[in-house]
Amino acid sequence: MSWILDHLDDIVSLTLRHTWLAGVPLVIGLLISLPLGWLANRHRRLRGAVIVGAGLLYTIPSLALFVLMPLLLGTGILDPINVVVAMTIYTIALLVRSVVDGLGSVPDEVARSATAMGYTPVRRFFGVDLPLAVPVIAAGLRVAAVSNVSIVSIASLIGVNQLGDLLVDGYNRAIGGELVAGILGCVLLALVLDLAIRLLERALTPWRRAGQGGAA
Amino acid sequence: MIRLDGVTKQYPDGTVAVDDLSLTAPDRAITVLVGPSGCGKTTTLRMINRMIEPTSGSVTIDGQDVLAMDAAQLRRGIGYVIQHGGLFPHHTVERNVAAVPLLLGTPKKQAITRARELLELVGLDPALGRRYPSQLSGGQQQRVGVARALAADPPVMLMDEPFSAVDPVVREQLQDEFLRLQGELGKTIVMVTHDIDEAIKLGDHVAVLQVGGRIAQLARPAELLAHPADNFVADFLGRDRGYRALGFDSARVPLHDEPTVSLGATVSEAAARAGSDGWVLVVDDRRHPQGWARPADLPGEGSIDERALALGGTLARVDGPLRLVLDAALSSPSRRGVVIDGDGALAGTCRATEVLSVIETRERPSDPGDPISHPAS
Repeated sequence: MSWILDHLDDIVSLTLRHTWLAGVPLVIGLLISLPLGWLANRHRRLRGAVIVGAGLLYTIPSLALFVLMPLLLGTGILDPINVVVAMTIYTIALLVRSVVDGLGSVPDEVARSATAMGYTPVRRFFGVDLPLAVPVIAAGLRVAAVSNVSIVSIASLIGVNQLGDLLVDGYNRAIGGELVAGILGCVLLALVLDLAIRLLERALTPWRRAGQGGAA
Repeated sequence: MIRLDGVTKQYPDGTVAVDDLSLTAPDRAITVLVGPSGCGKTTTLRMINRMIEPTSGSVTIDGQDVLAMDAAQLRRGIGYVIQHGGLFPHHTVERNVAAVPLLLGTPKKQAITRARELLELVGLDPALGRRYPSQLSGGQQQRVGVARALAADPPVMLMDEPFSAVDPVVREQLQDEFLRLQGELGKTIVMVTHDIDEAIKLGDHVAVLQVGGRIAQLARPAELLAHPADNFVADFLGRDRGYRALGFDSARVPLHDEPTVSLGATVSEAAARAGSDGWVLVVDDRRHPQGWARPADLPGEGSIDERALALGGTLARVDGPLRLVLDAALSSPSRRGVVIDGDGALAGTCRATEVLSVIETRERPSDPGDPISHPAS
């Protein structure tokens, strides 16, 4: 406990970096997954390829992906961009499927009546399909958020600082307080991101809280 | 006027859903496409607003080729109603109704005001506008679906099984109100249903389709019942065709004066007025029939109250179809059918034999070859 109190400044700055490294890829990954999922949902053949491809991406070990990034991107070895890009890939791997499922969960008759009323495809996507897919996409986003917080800590091994540093350093120097701080920080951060996504989902889906039933 | 000319829909696998179909849906009338599943009726409907593109043939609305129009623009000018209403679950009811006006660029405030008027028009409390569709009953959702289709006041409406997802009682009510609404609005409507009774009740013209997407017969309902073109149509129409055809004949039946007593009269008063069969008709203070009573079955000192009434009889209107007049006679405990005037007050009674005598004198509806039929294709 005293270790934590003595190093509060460090812990806070590492937490902020951790949040940035896990959160920014979450947003970018979502923005890329939406059009990908939309395409996959529209074309049956593409759908299988995208879902299998995304699943395979997730099986690449994170350390390997981090190390590969400078070679692929031409960035410096210590550049945090490597981590951001790698984490974006993991986010997409998890989210594309949620987007496909979410768009697929829009009832046929609702989608059809939108088209029949004169919604253009773009307008239908933003006005009908996407809002109705929010619950499923949000569920995927929560999984991706927690997964990102966990995977980002590996980046300590390639010299990009965040809460994972506390785990590596605490382990190497056998400082219990530092290990606890690293673990607690990751868990709390994951919980906060999860809560944020749930609140956002709630704000976007007032219709889901409306009671059922009514007089004939 | 909606005109389909030699329209064919063939899918890449060779299935022909609609085969060289020609049909004219006249202005301000309801044209119903009816047939068993797989007859191509829904495909035909969807080719009118280009939800499905025909393989060949042409579709025009008021002379304009729909295939030459921008699909989204075309659809905004056509009201569309489907089973369950197809409402957007994430929008409030009034936002649902306002959908097409908003697509057309109507300011939001104006569109919502109009939506509330439409809810009232279809018999809903405008206060329901703030709710979400999931908070409404099936019948209410269906009404919202109709209101939404009417929102931009399109001259043309397409309806795909609009009333089949609700229970029979609500369905009947929705159909009656829909006919009343159509009487006021006079839209050009093409409707699809698998229910021949609904087709006959709602259609000004009925096209019976058979599997493979061909029209077996196109006729007015009365003509369809009287002169089915072939065995397929006859089978599809089902039983009771003669009886159901009476639903389109409004000949007057001679009425008899019926002695009545008011609700609340004493049993002995009622007994004095009862006919030789012992039954007497009970009316309220506006002479609206309430039911039949048989004073002999009631305790002598009592009065005629609602519990004393036999309620089995139906009512027919003076200008109503013979089917209802006959039913009133057949269902009446006294065997005298109660006929009311336009205000609901007693006009008189008639017996089944008298209705039958009128039927005997009526000619059967006109022979086939009427002007709306297309030459066989």
